[in-house]
Amino acid sequence: MKEEFNIISNLIEENTRVLDVGCGNGDLMKFLQENKTKDIRGLEISKEKVQNCLSKGLTVIEGNAESDLKQFPKSSFDYVILSQTLQAFLNPELVINELLKVGKKVIVTIPNFGYWKVRLQLLFKGTMPVTENLPHEWYNTPNLHMCTIKDFYNFCSNKNIKIYKSIALKKSRISEISKSNLNYKNLDSHLGIFLIES
Amino acid sequence: MNKNIDTKKIIISNPLKLDCGNEINNFPIAYETYGELNSEKSNAILVFHALTGDQYVSGKNPITNKDGWWSYVVGENKPIDTNKFFVICANVMGGCMGSYGPSSINESTGKQIGTDFPIITINDMVNAQYELIKYLEIEKLFAVVGGSMGGMQVLQFVANFPDKAKLAIPIACTSSHSAQNIAFNELGRQAIMADSKWENGFYSNYKLNPDKGLAVARMAAHITYLSEKGLQEKFGRKLQDRDSLRYGFEADFQIESYLRYQGSVFVDRFDANSYLYITRAMDYFDLSKQYKGNLSDAFKKTKTKFFVISFTSDWLYPTSENREIVIALNSIGADVGFVEIESDKGHDSFLLDVPSFLKTLGDYINSTYKIINERRI
Repeated sequence: MKEEFNIISNLIEENTRVLDVGCGNGDLMKFLQENKTKDIRGLEISKEKVQNCLSKGLTVIEGNAESDLKQFPKSSFDYVILSQTLQAFLNPELVINELLKVGKKVIVTIPNFGYWKVRLQLLFKGTMPVTENLPHEWYNTPNLHMCTIKDFYNFCSNKNIKIYKSIALKKSRISEISKSNLNYKNLDSHLGIFLIES
Repeated sequence: MNKNIDTKKIIISNPLKLDCGNEINNFPIAYETYGELNSEKSNAILVFHALTGDQYVSGKNPITNKDGWWSYVVGENKPIDTNKFFVICANVMGGCMGSYGPSSINESTGKQIGTDFPIITINDMVNAQYELIKYLEIEKLFAVVGGSMGGMQVLQFVANFPDKAKLAIPIACTSSHSAQNIAFNELGRQAIMADSKWENGFYSNYKLNPDKGLAVARMAAHITYLSEKGLQEKFGRKLQDRDSLRYGFEADFQIESYLRYQGSVFVDRFDANSYLYITRAMDYFDLSKQYKGNLSDAFKKTKTKFFVISFTSDWLYPTSENREIVIALNSIGADVGFVEIESDKGHDSFLLDVPSFLKTLGDYINSTYKIINERRI
């Protein structure tokens, strides 16, 4: 978690306007508020989590990214962050498009379904993978659209979405993803972090 | 009702131009304060009351001898802690607890003003209360807070005085009174005016009181403050002090008895004409219309931080209407938080013991106070 926060924080310029979509209990918001910028908002679907954020004095709105991002004007945030939630949406493509409208830049992090530990489970055990990063069973997972680092990379190039920076994370090891090492990073990383722009 | 109450009061001498076109001056605004203003004058919170509220937010209400209407929220060690904050609440203009209203005495005739009182609006109420803030020499409030009609005043206050509050918390309210809201208010007004003792609003001249009509108005309104589920759970078809139906029109059911009681205690503390005037002010409230149909424009000049709260079972000021306020604020990039609190207690949730509401509100106010003070805005 900490590594992911650091990477995201390093992608963000100081004193910019940030929206954290699916901000949960506000841990990332709090981290960025202390390290990067005071001007940060959150959007979260769970009432309980929204209340936790508000209790900390964080500016969070209860709402659903699939329907409520529309209310923000175009390019009203310098950065919009979507941390490990893309796979939980009914329509991830629509959400990415909305994020790209609202934010000048978008940071998306995805739990990598191409990670070798995930692949091995399906290959050898023949069951849906359950890992540290993907702790749910197939019957109770909120994740509807799992993807791999390579899937998201290809998605961006197919949809003409500019990738400014793509970073792979394995435990606490950070490395850059490029076209040439894509297959390797897709196998060897548990998390992908992308800074994109429409 | 206005009689022999030892209330704090200021007389506002500046002429105030009302929306109806009349101009008034030298009129009283009654208020109460709790806690102490700190030396920087940075801890003041102005609370706006709802339709039938008054300035007695906390502690014992000297008129009714009951707890203040927002005792769950305001007081020592409460979510708005009066050990820390200086809380101000004024009786709205049009009210009957000492502020200028239809039961005020017309000095030239020695009689109550009655329906010669001008029609007032939420805007007029807020402008009058701003005079109180000036009188108290508070340059900038830490927060303006209110539920229901109090929330409408919060919105109007920030629109009128964009740099006078750091934080605004409108709760369970709307930016524009809906047809349903107007309909219920009209029902209440018609009940009062249908009472033969109303005498076109001059009942006090005849030593009368349209208490039957006012009680019916209160009973009908009270239903709108609850939820179907809450009513069913609390009362169901339970009978009142009897084992079987009596085959008559007495209060067989507990819910009937409850409503009759609510009506009867209300008429002892509230003036029928005030009920007419204040419900009218609510019906006339349409903030976006004041800004040519664009609600966002009402908040364009303000840097005030907003926190909007609604309740799941509130069908009088439903979440959708509260969300419209959030959307208008978001569309101009204002600093706004929002949550819909889970509660079965209907619109009245904001007045009652709803722990997740009280906790979120209290924590939010306290952490925001801390953050703002640290930044020394």
